[in-house]
Amino acid sequence: MKNLSTSSYLTSIYLFFYIPIIILIIYSFNNAQYSLLWHGFSLRWYQELFADTELWVAAGNTFILGISAATIAMCLGALAAISLYRYQFFGRQLLYGLIFILILSPDIVMGISLLILFTFGKIKLGYWSLLLAHITFCIPYVVVTVYSRMASFDEYIFEAARDLGAKDTIILKRIILPLLWPALFASWLLSFTLSIDDVIISYFVAGPDFEILPLKIYSMVRLGVKPEINALCAITFAITLVLVIISQCVARKKP
Amino acid sequence: MVFALLPFCLVGLASFLSHSDDHLLELPFTLLNYVQLNNSIYLKVFKESLYLAAICTVICLILGYPFAYIIARIEGRLKGLLILLLIIPFWTSSLIRTYSMITILKPKGIISSALMWLGIIDKPLQLLFTDTAVMIGLVYNLLPYMIIPLLTNIERLDSRLIDAARDLGANRITTFRKVILPLTMPGIWSGCILVFLPAMTIFYIPDLLGGSKSILLGNVIQNQFLTVQNWPLGSAINVVFTFILIVLLLVYWQSTRGREHRKLL
Repeated sequence: MKNLSTSSYLTSIYLFFYIPIIILIIYSFNNAQYSLLWHGFSLRWYQELFADTELWVAAGNTFILGISAATIAMCLGALAAISLYRYQFFGRQLLYGLIFILILSPDIVMGISLLILFTFGKIKLGYWSLLLAHITFCIPYVVVTVYSRMASFDEYIFEAARDLGAKDTIILKRIILPLLWPALFASWLLSFTLSIDDVIISYFVAGPDFEILPLKIYSMVRLGVKPEINALCAITFAITLVLVIISQCVARKKP
Repeated sequence: MVFALLPFCLVGLASFLSHSDDHLLELPFTLLNYVQLNNSIYLKVFKESLYLAAICTVICLILGYPFAYIIARIEGRLKGLLILLLIIPFWTSSLIRTYSMITILKPKGIISSALMWLGIIDKPLQLLFTDTAVMIGLVYNLLPYMIIPLLTNIERLDSRLIDAARDLGANRITTFRKVILPLTMPGIWSGCILVFLPAMTIFYIPDLLGGSKSILLGNVIQNQFLTVQNWPLGSAINVVFTFILIVLLLVYWQSTRGREHRKLL
């Protein structure tokens, strides 16, 4: 009896999570404009979607932004995590706390702070402002992922390497990086996902000449439910899904 | 390596810049923005969004705690799958998930149709564009943020402590109250922070599900910045907000004092 009630509880929460998305995906194949009834399977909305050139531009922009932001965030975040782990320096605790504040601070606070920073820094809102913003909100996640991976390392490896005469750079190249690559890969993918899904921060720091997909979706969604948006959301969801599953599989793998 | 710190300092500067920006924007330093905040309309919005966010946090905690507890106690391969299923909504775009909620909540949507079919209601239910819809949307979006820190915390809980408590004659409720609850307090706090703050600020949820009727703090900030272009006032709201964040963090730090694991996630 107890087992039955716990499993039905779990199931209902999972249904709550997934039913809306599944329904959205089903409707994206529905051959009807407004009706909620099933009018047969069709790829019509996907075809219309692919014919929309503006969307293609926005999607391309999002992709470029995501790749560049994820790559830079991964490099900087990994360096920060390594220095946090390997060296004792002044302000280490503070830095660590700061990373958590960045993760915790609501997107809107970060969006506004960055907008103000860019305005004072005379940075034109567009690709560069978006890139800086996305790097900023991705770095903390990279640091946390990489740092927790490093925390599981065997300390003696470093001592052994140093006993055998390896310098810091060699240790980094021959020991840390090979052990760390799954975490790096996972954090890259997660940064990429964060970047292509972010709405709130981008909303503040985006400029008119560089359109990105999430904001485009937001402005379309505000006008109401349309089958094309269903199709678009279904595609975006599928991409995120694949990326998350890959990153989780990589991150879980034991060294 | 030290160079790696530079972007952090910049980021730190950026995240705290909002404290001083109200006089950077308008040189004669003024408290007027804060006085303006004291205005009844803003106070009302502030109270309402605090209230809504608090309810949302409580609902997430009630739904999430048993859920996290059950998953933490499951063994074997099933657990990995269940956790993966939990992480997917955590990472997928919450805008898309909010949008998918519209289809569900529409007057002719799934919930309404199902209730009509069951004969509970006889005319289409107007769920969309109500506070209930906003609440459902918020809980739907933020529940994973409650469950994941709880899960991490409960997993670290030493099950021998529970056995010991039971051996010493404590019943289920006492064990929960005296052992499990205090030990999972850090998880509860971080879950609450992760739910409470976004609940006040995700402006697109009220925007999409609540129509124009319900306004959260996030919508006011967004409005002040991008529509009214009143940056100082928007920043003042932002500063108040950051202040709330810091207070909550201090409470969290206090509640985990002396513990080894101060990790939030």
